[in-house]
Amino acid sequence: MTDPLLVVQNLKKYFPVTKGILLKKEIGSVKAVDDVSFSVARGETLGIVGESGCGKSTLARCVMRLLDPTAGTIVFDGRDITRLSRSQMRPIRRELMMVFQDPYASLNGRKRVGFIIAEPLEVHGIGTEAERKRRVQELLEVVGLNPEHYNRFPHEFSGGQRQRIGIARALAVNPKMIVCDEPVSALDVSVQAQILNLLKDLQSEFGLTYVFIAHDLNVVRHISDRVMVMYLGKIAEIADDTTLYSEPRHPYTGALLSAVPIPDPTLGRKRQQIVLEGDVPSPINPPAACRFHPRCPRFREGVCDVDEPQLRPFGHGHEAACHFPLERWPMTADEVADAAQPIAS
Amino acid sequence: MTAVLQVRDLRTSFRTDDGIVKAVDGVSFDVEKGKTLGIVGESGSGKSVTCLTVMGLNDRRNATSSGSVLFDGRELLGAPPEQLREIRGDRIAMIFQDPMTSLNPVKSIGWQLEEAVLVHNDVTRSQARARALELLKAVGIPRAETRIDDYPHQFSGGMRQRVMIAMALVNNPDILIADEPTTALDVTTQAQILTLMRRLQREFNMAIVMITHDLGVIAEIADDVVVMYAGKIVEQATVDDLFERPQHPYTWGLLGSLPRLQGESERLYQIPGQPPSLLRPPSGCAFHPRCEFAFDRCPVVVPELVEFADGHRHRCLLDDARRLQIWEQKKLELKGEAA
Repeated sequence: MTDPLLVVQNLKKYFPVTKGILLKKEIGSVKAVDDVSFSVARGETLGIVGESGCGKSTLARCVMRLLDPTAGTIVFDGRDITRLSRSQMRPIRRELMMVFQDPYASLNGRKRVGFIIAEPLEVHGIGTEAERKRRVQELLEVVGLNPEHYNRFPHEFSGGQRQRIGIARALAVNPKMIVCDEPVSALDVSVQAQILNLLKDLQSEFGLTYVFIAHDLNVVRHISDRVMVMYLGKIAEIADDTTLYSEPRHPYTGALLSAVPIPDPTLGRKRQQIVLEGDVPSPINPPAACRFHPRCPRFREGVCDVDEPQLRPFGHGHEAACHFPLERWPMTADEVADAAQPIAS
Repeated sequence: MTAVLQVRDLRTSFRTDDGIVKAVDGVSFDVEKGKTLGIVGESGSGKSVTCLTVMGLNDRRNATSSGSVLFDGRELLGAPPEQLREIRGDRIAMIFQDPMTSLNPVKSIGWQLEEAVLVHNDVTRSQARARALELLKAVGIPRAETRIDDYPHQFSGGMRQRVMIAMALVNNPDILIADEPTTALDVTTQAQILTLMRRLQREFNMAIVMITHDLGVIAEIADDVVVMYAGKIVEQATVDDLFERPQHPYTWGLLGSLPRLQGESERLYQIPGQPPSLLRPPSGCAFHPRCEFAFDRCPVVVPELVEFADGHRHRCLLDDARRLQIWEQKKLELKGEAA
């Protein structure tokens, strides 16, 4: 990859856990993002998937500098933005925008749509008032809304339309990159398709780069060039989308893939599901060594709970962190449990 | 084949400031013992209101319902509230999308489960507690003995949904109505909950009504499917028929708009436009403004639900030959993706 737009290295974000009211004593920390490195090329879409609590949203917020990372570096467009102050960040925010999950909570209900979309322009002092108005109407059209809706309030729109408003707002200042945090999770399937198609169209029209976060592997696959699977603050696997879906190496990726409902009852009855037991453990006290080991069907005592697996390459940028990577895919639950020899580390 | 629940020509409308909203408009279906009926449709298609009407949970002040809801030979529609209360939570139970808002945050889940037992049975609190514990184990809550005294906020979303299911099962209901029970959950948790529901259905021989907007979930769990649009049933079939030979353009649209794991398609099929406002539904076939196959009769004639094959009904004016031809084409597009 030449000249990536975003390079994240060894990023960590720990939230302190405190006890007591007056003298807050730190008794531990939530390791929401723990030593994550990746890069995103220009014009590329990187999908990030994982269950709730795996740190994907925290990661997005760190990249946006809405949260201050505990350690690590974030380089955006050749510039280290990890420690920039608010005022230093301001010009960069023009190029790095965000679309949020909940289209109901992320739009100010007391402002008109025209104002909401024009606000980034105003903040950055772009154009005169008349120019801004023209730009907003143009943006409304770009995202498939009627320019006459300029004076309406958010509550007059459906969920899908609101998400379009959120996208128009992100587009207003011609950003280079948009971080989308579960932009379609709250929408109906039919509306999801509309929004996903819109995001794809906008990408080819404006040469946008996306970081796209979701918990639904189908959705991520549809829009991403590369996909990163996270588990408890760590990267479990990263690969280009075809490889990840056809040759997953990490048992967690395999479990995620097999959990997706298949919209075909005949195929659905035939396949073997790897149903994971339990929930994601607490990131305050994550399991030792491989964080997935208490839920992993391939768990081997003395290896997985002793030695932390590092990301290792499987060719063509495909990396997975597992001692017993899957040999092939698809596999039945029994085959998955029947692990081969560990990969020599 | 015994139907535990027979819904006939159910209609529910709401009085609003802007006029009458016909949320459910002539819906009929049967729910068979030990089987799962899936009701699928977009937001606002009337799928939740249908079930709330069946349960008698609509606001009586501004909702008017007509038709018939026969449960075990008894008419539920218009039955006095005391009678409905006896059936609700005992013979027919319901679980909702958001388990956090359906649980009382200031009571332990054990207390809430005991309450559900005590309301319908003449037992002591300790007997109720034993029953609660038994159910928590049945729905797969680990360390149920200690967790029974925990509060809802101490549970994760998936675990809360398990608690809700436990509460619904307290009195071995004949029917479990599940309104988007997995929509707010992760895929892995969704798989767990669906597996759990299938297992419990077998164990308790209970009928399930599953409301969802996700055809993937329908394919996983349903035996029979009802597709709703603008308050009406537009297609009704067994799950295999629905996915093998869907007849209604709206069903085609729903199938096409699903992102699939297989396939490299660049664009998803999208149903254009928005679901219509039920205040002023479109004339003729309510789906015609969004239907790519609409022709001159569609805005004029209100289509009837016609039986196309045994137990497979649809509400579309296209003639059968044309419909078959379009579906063959669509199927190739969908399968082409899968290849």
